[in-house]
Amino acid sequence: MEFLRPATWDEALAAKAENPSALPISGGTDVMVELNFDRHRPGALLDLNRITELTEWESGTYEGQDGEVIRLGAAVPYARITKELSGPLQGLSIAGNTVGSPQIRNRGSVGGNLGGASPAGDAHPALLAAGKDVFVEAESVRGTRLIAIDDFYVGVKRNSLQPDELIRAVRIPVADGPQQFSKIGTRNAMVIAVCAFGFALHPKNGTVGTGIGSAAPTPRRAPEAEQFLADELAERGLWQSGGLIGPAAVQRFGELVSAAASPIDDVRGSAAYRRHALAVMARRTLTWTWNEYTQSLRSAAA
Amino acid sequence: MSARNSATRTIRGEKNLQDITTAHPDGIGGSPLRPDGTLKVRGEFAYSSDLWHEDMLWGMALRSPHAHARILSIDTTEALTQPGVYAVMTHEDIPGSKYYGLEIQDQPALAFGKVRYHGEAVAIVAADHPETARRALAKIKVEYEVLAPITTEEHCQNPETFGYVHEPEEYRGHASGNVVHSQKVVSGLGVNDDVRAMADVVVVGEYEVGMQDQAFLGPESGLAVPAEDGGIDLYIATQWLHVDRQQVAPVLGLPENKVRLTLAGVGGAFGGREDLSMQIHACLLAQRTGKPVKIVYSREESFFGHVHRHPAKMRYEHGATRDGRLVYMDARIVLDGGAYASASPAVVGNASSLSVGPYEVPNVNVLAIAYYSNNPSCGAMRGFGAVQACFAYETQLDRLAAELGMDPVELRQLNAVSQGSHLPTGQVIDAPAPVAELLQKVKDLPLPPPLDTEHHLDIRELPGALSNTSHGEGIVRGVGYAVGLKNVGFSEGFDDYSTARVRLEVIGGEPVAMVHTAMAEVGQGGVTVHGQIARTELGVEQVTIHPANTEVGSAGSTSASRQTYMTGGAVKLAAEAVRNELFNLGRSRYGWTYNDLSLIGGKVVSASAGVLISMVDLLGDQAIDLTREHHHRPTVPFDKETGQGFGHVQYTFCAHRAVVDVDVELGLVKVVELAAAQDVGKALNPLSVIGQIQGGSTQGLGLAVMEEIITKDGKVRNPSFTDYLIPTILDTPPQPVEIMELADPNAPYGLRGVGEAPTLSSTPAIVSAIRAATGLALNRVPVRPEHITGT
Repeated sequence: MEFLRPATWDEALAAKAENPSALPISGGTDVMVELNFDRHRPGALLDLNRITELTEWESGTYEGQDGEVIRLGAAVPYARITKELSGPLQGLSIAGNTVGSPQIRNRGSVGGNLGGASPAGDAHPALLAAGKDVFVEAESVRGTRLIAIDDFYVGVKRNSLQPDELIRAVRIPVADGPQQFSKIGTRNAMVIAVCAFGFALHPKNGTVGTGIGSAAPTPRRAPEAEQFLADELAERGLWQSGGLIGPAAVQRFGELVSAAASPIDDVRGSAAYRRHALAVMARRTLTWTWNEYTQSLRSAAA
Repeated sequence: MSARNSATRTIRGEKNLQDITTAHPDGIGGSPLRPDGTLKVRGEFAYSSDLWHEDMLWGMALRSPHAHARILSIDTTEALTQPGVYAVMTHEDIPGSKYYGLEIQDQPALAFGKVRYHGEAVAIVAADHPETARRALAKIKVEYEVLAPITTEEHCQNPETFGYVHEPEEYRGHASGNVVHSQKVVSGLGVNDDVRAMADVVVVGEYEVGMQDQAFLGPESGLAVPAEDGGIDLYIATQWLHVDRQQVAPVLGLPENKVRLTLAGVGGAFGGREDLSMQIHACLLAQRTGKPVKIVYSREESFFGHVHRHPAKMRYEHGATRDGRLVYMDARIVLDGGAYASASPAVVGNASSLSVGPYEVPNVNVLAIAYYSNNPSCGAMRGFGAVQACFAYETQLDRLAAELGMDPVELRQLNAVSQGSHLPTGQVIDAPAPVAELLQKVKDLPLPPPLDTEHHLDIRELPGALSNTSHGEGIVRGVGYAVGLKNVGFSEGFDDYSTARVRLEVIGGEPVAMVHTAMAEVGQGGVTVHGQIARTELGVEQVTIHPANTEVGSAGSTSASRQTYMTGGAVKLAAEAVRNELFNLGRSRYGWTYNDLSLIGGKVVSASAGVLISMVDLLGDQAIDLTREHHHRPTVPFDKETGQGFGHVQYTFCAHRAVVDVDVELGLVKVVELAAAQDVGKALNPLSVIGQIQGGSTQGLGLAVMEEIITKDGKVRNPSFTDYLIPTILDTPPQPVEIMELADPNAPYGLRGVGEAPTLSSTPAIVSAIRAATGLALNRVPVRPEHITGT
């Protein structure tokens, strides 16, 4: 196996162009497990650990995205996301805090989740919920390509990167409303998701975001649930009033989230349980975010 | 306070440990730290996987992808031609016996004819690098004819229809067909319609226990080094050096004295190292190549490399009078032994003889049976047959209490055994059996404060914890109790003696004792306790623990909660012999006539005449070096038809109270507190005793809510720590421990084996608490979110 260690981003892109089958490795929390279990024997590993800009984030404004955006380097570890970005990337930061153990959170990153594109990746539901204008910066010697998050996941552990592309960063709009993330595991720490749910309120444009993990071949959103809730909030003037959504609408939202999944039975859980748990998580995360939203309205008014 | 209570003391956590007084602070009753503790915590301890030898080769096994298949051919040609490969071996290359096994030699060292479980070793390779070995394995061509696997009770019961795991002409078990072993226990009038008529209330239940894994953290590993005399030196992580040798030597075609074993660092065992794993393979490859061969399993291979806890299906029926007295118990316990016998017969013996639990039941009828199947082989695991039964009888007692409208603890206390009680085997409990008291102790402990998420929200304290599934929604608290009955030591006539050698001499101007045994230190703390015993018996400060090896006699297995009792007892005997020898030296040299001698602080002291001489002066340059064997009192096999017999050496009891919070909507569980009370006879090292009880309870917690090897058609579907979950620190609650010390007059220092009893009752106590929170029946462990949510 070849081990490529580019010193700069440009070198990395060149190496990837030259060795399109080279597997990028950064924290190694996913890649090394695959290697150790002998599930994957790539011809070459492309070590990105010398490229420091991948572990940096910045905020700014970008074309095609409203308002302030966090440009999150592909290799910023989850521990730092939770520590440094819990406000602007609330959902992703909660999701990051559910990843593995403290050691894994010190090494694992969103770039790795995206590269692996496992339906069980904890970052995906939070990225989907953060909005349709979340973009993955895919770079190659040919240039930079922005891939909308909805176009990124294309199959089980498959993404829409070209063989010569590397993930440079993810551009995520700063949260304009409360965000939440919940994940089911059959123990209280260090679990791969049985299923997971990300949720975000976007009061600025009157939408809501959802993301479902581990309950379909790819991470996916629940479009009907999003539409239903956005309509409900708009029609009843709830964004302005901060009034109660009410049990019927919360219940319906949960059902629509559950219906958006296509889970399977496997060793980690049954399809029926996944559907059930998604509905519960959807109801709870909606309730938590709405409570937080109405409180913020009230404190703004006071 | 009664005399019995005055003999007890409370130890909760570490706070009260300084209250414990002892003649020597690091003697028995003290809590000196483990000699290997700091190294292990710092990651500096050398485990068997760290072994290294110059010119060493790496061994690896090719394993069957099928649960049941006929081997039509094995072609090793291409693997042999790969550069860096030194040997490829199949069963044809075995110089000696092709079979091994703990009790029944029915397991091929390398498969031939058939493979009988997923992961069975078919061929082995030695190469100069693990990657070379792996590639060579990929080049071995095995042609299989896949057969329908025999995996269910129905399959096992009907070999004419579904086939034999071992064909009748090859069968080596204790019964016939697909049965490895079965044992009945009948006492009183047995169970018939007349007996049933005596009961006012009857509860019947069917229970299931999933296949738990020992999940030790140090994978199977060892190093075999060929010796000049044609023998093999094997450095190995195991639980019993001598029984490994007994199984390895015949396969190598060597006499036992040509196979010398030395214990390498063991990273946990819990029964999973009682059977051989890579021992024979490494030795065969070393013998063949003339080079040292190391084998280290990966985590995945480890799941295929050792036996697991028998999954069980059980039907229990209890009858009681209206006032709560047990009248009868009828039980059928079906254990899946998997492809090879391993410890199945002894597990059946335990399951049947301990099936009634710590209760007086006048009329009993029990059948325990273990089948051969094409599921993974099952054998020893902490609790050994008693765990499965305890889940069933404790659930039954809860249901009976509900049926009678009684408090479940009071019902248990009403029927609890005590010293003098007869067990259904006819064996009288001739040592203290404070079952009712232990239950009272956990019941009397203050309950943890109720959950208050409104004023204090820390999601780490809730079911789901950091996964952020609840901020207080859906959470219901439950409390449950359970108590268990476990034996200590090997049973049914087995003389599992232990040997110890103690040497006393002056080194650097100080008297130093050296303790040499073949005891496998697997984490239980025997190396600490041996030092304590030597200090107490010989009045020395300095004790050296010799590496465990086969140069000294057998220490028996580090299992069955027996090692402090048996090898600790042997160290005590040897140290006493050395002490007597030293006194005799003084008597013959100085003409002492004192009969009140003792060794204190490095001096020979007479109670009447004071200090006589220092040990340094008495010993001079002489060494006293004596070896003693320790045998427990004899037991007898159980009668085949009635199960009657003085079958067990010692009994031990532990009670638990579990407090759980259940997210009833999501089916997630957080054990809030797990309190235990146990009679340990005498706590030789109270800190270690607490560690054993908390560790055992935690392993029971794992079985209650998460740990299970899942198979489908005989194939293991979760051979990884990603999908075989064991408790993390966030799953492990505070565990107050109440210790009683009622001496067993038959045991050294009055001690009782500690390690297994807590593993029994922890599981049913937790599930009882989940039932209390949810109102569900929950007759299977581990309890999964699906069971709680009905999905």
